[in-house]
Amino acid sequence: MHQSILSYRGSRYLWWSLLLCLIAIVAYIVDEPNMPPNGGTVLGYILGTLSALLIVWLMWFGIRKRCYKSKMGTVVGWLSAHVFLGLALVILATLHTGFQFGMNVHTLAYVLMIIVVVSGIYGVFCYLHYPRLMTDNRGEVSPDSLMRQIQEIDRQALVIASEISDETHERVLNSIRRSRVGGGVLKIIFGRHKKANLEGLVQKAKVQQKIMKAKNVDSTMAFMASRITHGREDTSELLRQLTDLLIGQKEKLLAQLRRDLQYKAYMDLWLYIHVPFSFALLAALIVHIFSVFFYW
Amino acid sequence: MASPIYRIAIIGSGPGGLSAASRAAEKGVSHVLLEAEKHISNTIYRYQKGKHVMNEPRVLPLRSPILFDAGKREDVLSIWQQGLDQHKVNIQHGAEVVAIEGSIGAFEIKLSNDEIVRAETVILGIGVQGNPRMLGVPGEKGTEDKASIVQYTLDDPEEYEDEHIIVIGGGDAGIENALALCGHNTVYMVNRGMEFERAKEANNSAMLAKIKKGEIVCFYGANSVQIDALNDMDEQKAILVLETPDGEARVPCDRIIARLGAIPPRPFIESCGIVFPSKDREAIPELSDKYETNVPGIYIIGALGGYPLIKQCMNQGYEVVEYIDGVDLKPADEPLLQAKFDKIKNKPSVSQALKAIKKQVPLLSGLTTLQLREMMLDSEVCVPNEGEYIFRKNDYTDTFFCIISGKVNIEIDDDDPDKVIPLSQGQFFGEMSLLSGRRRSASIRAASGCILIETPRRLMNKLIGSVDSVKRTIDEAFIVRTLQTRFAPTTPVDDLTKVAKAAKMLAFKAGEELFHEGDTAKSFHVIRKGSVTISRQIGEHEVVMSYLPAGNYVGEMGIMGQSRRTATVKAATATETIELSADAFNYLIEQDAELKKKIEAEYKQRVSKNLNIQQEGGRGIISFLVSQGVGEATDVLLIDESLCVRCDNCEKACAETHDGTSRLDREAGPTYASIHVPTSCRHCEHPHCMKDCPPDAIKRAPDGEVFVGDNCIGCGNCQRNCPYGVIQMAVKPPKKPGLISWLLFGFGPGPGRASQISKAHDPDAIKKAVKCDMCKDLAGGAACVRACPTGAALRIKPDQLPGYAGK
Ligand SMILES: Cc1cc2nc3c(=O)[nH]c(=O)nc-3n(C[C@H](O)[C@H](O)[C@H](O)COP(=O)(O)OP(=O)(O)OC[C@H]3O[C@@H](n4cnc5c(N)ncnc54)[C@H](O)[C@@H]3O)c2cc1C
Ligand code: HEM
Ligand code: SF4
Ligand code: SF4
Ligand code: SF4
Repeated sequence: MHQSILSYRGSRYLWWSLLLCLIAIVAYIVDEPNMPPNGGTVLGYILGTLSALLIVWLMWFGIRKRCYKSKMGTVVGWLSAHVFLGLALVILATLHTGFQFGMNVHTLAYVLMIIVVVSGIYGVFCYLHYPRLMTDNRGEVSPDSLMRQIQEIDRQALVIASEISDETHERVLNSIRRSRVGGGVLKIIFGRHKKANLEGLVQKAKVQQKIMKAKNVDSTMAFMASRITHGREDTSELLRQLTDLLIGQKEKLLAQLRRDLQYKAYMDLWLYIHVPFSFALLAALIVHIFSVFFYW
Repeated sequence: MASPIYRIAIIGSGPGGLSAASRAAEKGVSHVLLEAEKHISNTIYRYQKGKHVMNEPRVLPLRSPILFDAGKREDVLSIWQQGLDQHKVNIQHGAEVVAIEGSIGAFEIKLSNDEIVRAETVILGIGVQGNPRMLGVPGEKGTEDKASIVQYTLDDPEEYEDEHIIVIGGGDAGIENALALCGHNTVYMVNRGMEFERAKEANNSAMLAKIKKGEIVCFYGANSVQIDALNDMDEQKAILVLETPDGEARVPCDRIIARLGAIPPRPFIESCGIVFPSKDREAIPELSDKYETNVPGIYIIGALGGYPLIKQCMNQGYEVVEYIDGVDLKPADEPLLQAKFDKIKNKPSVSQALKAIKKQVPLLSGLTTLQLREMMLDSEVCVPNEGEYIFRKNDYTDTFFCIISGKVNIEIDDDDPDKVIPLSQGQFFGEMSLLSGRRRSASIRAASGCILIETPRRLMNKLIGSVDSVKRTIDEAFIVRTLQTRFAPTTPVDDLTKVAKAAKMLAFKAGEELFHEGDTAKSFHVIRKGSVTISRQIGEHEVVMSYLPAGNYVGEMGIMGQSRRTATVKAATATETIELSADAFNYLIEQDAELKKKIEAEYKQRVSKNLNIQQEGGRGIISFLVSQGVGEATDVLLIDESLCVRCDNCEKACAETHDGTSRLDREAGPTYASIHVPTSCRHCEHPHCMKDCPPDAIKRAPDGEVFVGDNCIGCGNCQRNCPYGVIQMAVKPPKKPGLISWLLFGFGPGPGRASQISKAHDPDAIKKAVKCDMCKDLAGGAACVRACPTGAALRIKPDQLPGYAGK
């Protein structure tokens, strides 16, 4: 019942696009202009006009997407058409060039268009690929409640740390301040997140456990003994709890949360190429048309 | 000590009581106004701070010595207090009445402090809110130098921060408070039961999630024993001692919020000898047209008497004192009623018209004049032209019609509008949709000289709940008409009535079984309200095969051939069925040769659909969706998470087209096999939200949309009653600049962004209920679905459910 952009209404726009491409290709083969095929032939003008209109229409999608009261079709329908007709544009525009490329504003427009299209193809891949991964990663918890669970762990960790020593408290506090989630899109995707800097703690916990094992004393005895020797509570159990909280539970949650943000970022990031380049394309297109008519 | 005997004792200083007392004071009638609380009008006192009190119905004139106009809660209360002072009303605070004894002329009113007040007549205006149940443990009240840490309401959860708070009571109110407080406080929940069985599903699952995550600590099976105050040195203020299955627990805390429910006023009222006509929750004591109960000398006004709006309460307070004083005056709503009857050609007076209705419509003859008045106030008199359609088949309207005079024709054949069954004066129609919550099952046209009363659903339900004869008559007609339309269109009505008399009306709670696989089959069921799931034991699992909404029947195959049930049938939501015996069924089959074939064909079709579901692996989906209320929905939003790119365009679209507040929350809500049910209105067949709406502002449009009308008074009842948590209380934001000026000049917030004016914190802003209206005012239809760029969001109706699962 749910239809993706590719399968929307039996992929009707795919068939439209194929038909459009077919007509263009046949016309290109059949056409015998009195100059080498390029934008200046009659067919070239037709293909050029068509491509330019298509580009304007493709960009109009950004507006339609935000006209929530519009009665003109649905946004899925528009996007489905956007994708397939956008792909058809490659054929139309290429035929329009007559395969004449050079170092000029015309080819610049063409290259920009290719960048937009390639980013679009990648976008479609992202849209179809990441949503499922996101659901799988998230399970039943929302990012909001992940965040709150993490805060709660931090709170508990601080309480335990303060029972161990001031130094430990300080250290845990620092590590909490450092472990940030989010930031810009780029940071989310590329940023390497430092593990909480708690190596010292882990070492300490391990050493204490070893000592206990080596001594092979039963834990109450150890507890009593350490009280006597240090005059305060034994910290190894607390340290174990602390490392379990911060390294076991928290890191797991953080990883889950980061992955969630990462997937979302993957679905957003490509638009940062697609949209600016489509504006650049529009600009280049205007220059292209302008220069053709005034300087050719 | 001989206390004075007052002419009138008024109990409860709500709008009804105050108005009565001040009218008595104004007239110089000896009176006393007894109020349990230290302040007046407890119901209004307990509204949220700064709530805008509305004066619906606006056309109704106010008749009271005390002023009332729409405005802030604080202003309304202070004007009333001034009014009481000015009229020198004899009010006694802290006077909770626990019993009324004696009879007219010599009533003895007992207060909780054992004091006795004597009066000749009593006016009860105690409302329907009831009094909160107290904790009743030592230490609850606090001491002289230490205030009590126990409270029974929570006005603003944001008021408290970093406190240790114990919420007692695992009902909806308690859970909602705990959820609202956690995050910025340490919250404990004390629940007497071992689960939250009384809570709505949404609250239950939200609570369990919090407990699982350790954000709320819950004590199950726990009882409070006592509260021990701590010293000022301690971090917390007190310790609550609990008795739990694991022994005693001592929980330090700063605050205890006890949400133990209210003691409903009904037992108290019955103890005064006042009779309720039925056990139904909606039942209202029967009153004379002078508001007198069956106990002479005791009068009931206000919400308790079924009039839930402030202005109505105040008018009744005035009128009842006049009646007691022997003045005969026409109720304030007389002109409103007259205007309705003026539509009839000979323009009868109100009393003539009411008398005629009682005489001509047997269904309504059992009503008291007061009940009939109330019904007429919200009903419309319709005088349709000959041939005009009153409603059409498949409309979603749910009003109820009585024929005062003339005739209507029911079209029974879609292809031939001339095939009709006539209904004439005194009969009624529209009960099918009223009871099942489904679309109209036939078109109805007016014949000549037709005058009708059209009554809204809520009022009709109230009547069915409080007047037994109305319920019986409608039920019987419902069965006969069901048999007629579904099974035996040619059998004379009298024969069917016999069958109908033998039929049984059964009610099932959600999850209860109608019958079990393998049982011997003796009867079959026509589902008249709600819906059922059909499941089978496959291996170790019970697998849901199909889902059937109201209007269908189940169990027919059992009695038509196979003698054992081949599947288990369970109620998916609260469901009512008509059970017919095998004999009755065979009788029906004898009447019509084609019927057997028709039933067999329908059965085959259903089986093949089931097979589809089984093969396509859609089995879990149906039970999941049914558990999410899709079974009682008429239209529900589903999101396929394998397509959803979390762009929230759906929410933006909704907000943009609906005054800036999105009526759906995409992220919230459960997911199963990548199908996500966001928090969004299901447009229930029997909308729970409509139940206690004082101005009856929630309506169903002809296409099925359940929407909130402009006359919403912002009381929040619907928000509490909706089991899916989809109603919000919101303020209308200021207008935003258009799309183009945002795009070009960056004016104002962009599409889908909230208006910059902070909505929640303007204390004077009028908050009203907002919910999904299925975009009924947009030509294109549901904006959320149409704005989804990936096709992830769609809306389905329950009859598409088997197809959806078997996709
Ligand atoms: C949240 C909310 C918002 C609402 N908003 C509006 C609105 O904007 N406009 C509108 O028209 N209506 C509104 N209503 C409805 C309206 O408030 C009530 O229907 C109305 O208050 C009923 O008035 P009443 O006089 O019948 O009783 P109440 O106002 O309920 O007053 C009953 C009084 O009796 C006292 N009492 C109870 N038992 C005893 C006893 N045993 N002994 C002594 N005293 C007793 C109580 O303390 C209370 O003061 C709203 C209701 C709610 C819950
Ligand atoms: C030169 C051709 C194209 C132009 C000018 C263009 C332009 C645009 C614009 C302006 C948007 C709106 C983005 C927004 O406002 O959010 C958009 C969105 C999009 N485009 Fe293109 N596009 C082109 C080709 C393509 C192609 C070929 C594809 C895919 C194969 C594609 C896939 C998409 C997708 C998936 C979106 C995102 C929809 C959303 O979620 O908002 N585009 N494009
Ligand atoms: S708001 Fe009303 S109709 Fe919508 S889901 Fe809630 S109860 Fe049902
Ligand atoms: S149908 Fe309309 S009102 Fe309902 S959630 Fe969707 S956009 Fe909002
Ligand atoms: S609009 Fe569609 S894709 Fe976007 S969040 Fe809503 S359901 Fe998901």
